[in-house]
Amino acid sequence: MAIGNAETPKTLPTSDAHLTKADFAKLDKSEKKGELVVRESISAWKDAWLRLRSNKYAMVSLVVLLLIVLMAIIGQSIAGYDYRSQDLMETNIKPNADHWFGTDDLGRDMFARTWMGAGISLQVGLYAALVDLMIGVIMGGIMGYFGGKVDEILNRFCEIMYSIPNMLIVILLIVVMEPSMFTIVLALSITGWISMAWIVRGQIMQLKNQEYVLASRSLGAGAGRILFRHLIPNAMGPIIVTLTMTVPNAIFAEAFLSFLGLGVQSPAASLGTMINDALKAMTIYPWRMLFPAVLISLTMLCFNIFGDGLRDALDPKMKK
Amino acid sequence: MGGIANMIRFVLKKLLFIFVSLFVLASATFFLMKAIPGNPFMSEKEIPKAIKAMLEAKYGLNEPIWKQYLTYMNNLLHLDLGMSMKQQYTTVASIIGTGFLYSLQLGIFAIILSIVAGVTLGIIAALNHRKFLDTFTIFIAVLGVSIPNFVVASGLQYFLGVKLRWFNVAGLNDPTDYVLPMIALAVLPAAFIARLTRSSMLEVLTADYIKTARSKGLSGRVILVRHALRNAILPVVTYIGPMTANIITGSVVVEQIFGIGGLGKFFVNSITNRDYTLIMGLTLFYAVILMAARFLTDLAYAFIDPRIKLSGRKEG
Repeated sequence: MAIGNAETPKTLPTSDAHLTKADFAKLDKSEKKGELVVRESISAWKDAWLRLRSNKYAMVSLVVLLLIVLMAIIGQSIAGYDYRSQDLMETNIKPNADHWFGTDDLGRDMFARTWMGAGISLQVGLYAALVDLMIGVIMGGIMGYFGGKVDEILNRFCEIMYSIPNMLIVILLIVVMEPSMFTIVLALSITGWISMAWIVRGQIMQLKNQEYVLASRSLGAGAGRILFRHLIPNAMGPIIVTLTMTVPNAIFAEAFLSFLGLGVQSPAASLGTMINDALKAMTIYPWRMLFPAVLISLTMLCFNIFGDGLRDALDPKMKK
Repeated sequence: MGGIANMIRFVLKKLLFIFVSLFVLASATFFLMKAIPGNPFMSEKEIPKAIKAMLEAKYGLNEPIWKQYLTYMNNLLHLDLGMSMKQQYTTVASIIGTGFLYSLQLGIFAIILSIVAGVTLGIIAALNHRKFLDTFTIFIAVLGVSIPNFVVASGLQYFLGVKLRWFNVAGLNDPTDYVLPMIALAVLPAAFIARLTRSSMLEVLTADYIKTARSKGLSGRVILVRHALRNAILPVVTYIGPMTANIITGSVVVEQIFGIGGLGKFFVNSITNRDYTLIMGLTLFYAVILMAARFLTDLAYAFIDPRIKLSGRKEG
């Protein structure tokens, strides 16, 4: 029966038949470098960057995001109007050569306000992400590294905090405190850090049994050093991905708070507060809604696409 | 095997957790509301001292704070959420009762719509992997996640209601009135479900049992529905909890925009009016619904997927 097997020895080329004595001669010293790695070695970060760069959607989003950030910084000076200055003779006018995005119900220039609002929204997202990062990394690091009782107690605490619907807590906190950028960021981070802490915890638990940790410990390194010099840097990929997702979530949450009248207070404005103001008169002055709404959607879209791209780049196994 | 005992332990643990969380939330809301400077009965006009004292006595505000806390907790245990501070002679419970009816209807319709739309889109995308339809669906889904729902709601209202006059702009008097709010509520969850279904579908379609089914000569439709979809739908079940949260936050916005007298509208009004008892009552009510949804998710997941150990912590 086993025809194939029976025939193989005959058909297999016996490669060593071609070898001659010359093949076993000592190599010249000049050929010693034959096995040297000529190509520049690629670090994990560079590898991720290369993958990210080849993702054209993510790159376009990154460019658009950078443009939005740039405009948020310089937009007001281009507008030629201050975001606060009211002109009651020119309220609710349509976009024109003078007021590129029109004016609002107090005659304030919408172009200046839109970019100023974009700046505020981005800042809320950024600060919330940073606070989440700091608390989350420290708490997650402690839970993951020490494990045992410490982990159990902190984890229980996190679970209880997490099981309380966070938007409700945020709303309650803002109702109690005066709404401002500071209080909004504070309220968002009170429950926001937990998911970051869990991500870090999971990473640290996986990493802490690696040899380099053992090596570091046997050299006398303390917990703090091992955690922050060795473990956290190695967990940076998932941390960054979580961060990019935190920013749009915070922007979204701030916009929702604005809708409830709990957003950044006048004369400052975030995109959310501007949309909320425009909503009240939308049937008459729809263009007042248009620019902030498009801008916030565009920002969210870019963050989402870029975040997806970043996740694929940093963790190619996840890619679908 | 002790499967039943395991199950009971799991359910009890979850219920205990819900109880603790609600206790924490109730205490937090109580002390937060007490921390607000001033008094709900402060107004522009000076209220005569006697009347003020009477009002405070009526709401128990003249008692020491620990006693107020105990009364509040005791009342909560008896499901008594107290009186509204701004709408006279109305209990918080009755306000919740009237509003919940609308919100529940709308929420259930929106959940059905988002599951149907999301799963369909996800399957279409997965079956056309890396083709135009896939990219297109994913783009729509990302767009759905990115546009804040008050933009969606007001956009729908403006274009389909004000401009084209296909639908009424506000209210819930006609069956067609449900269409716009329902769509506005369903966009975000549908987009999430589409992404979830797509990725799990892609995973499942390469699984060995699909190859087996195909090599048995089963038709594509049977494989899709009986073998692939059943397994691909699992991650969607885990999304029930977050989806309820999304629908609730969404309903707050959508009800306000479309002028629907549901819970969400009362919630916004209670915040703008600083009606503290109503805020507290609604917060707790929302929390109970959300936790119930999460509990059901955990339970459903454990039932559907026998591979899940009941001790595992849920995500999201």
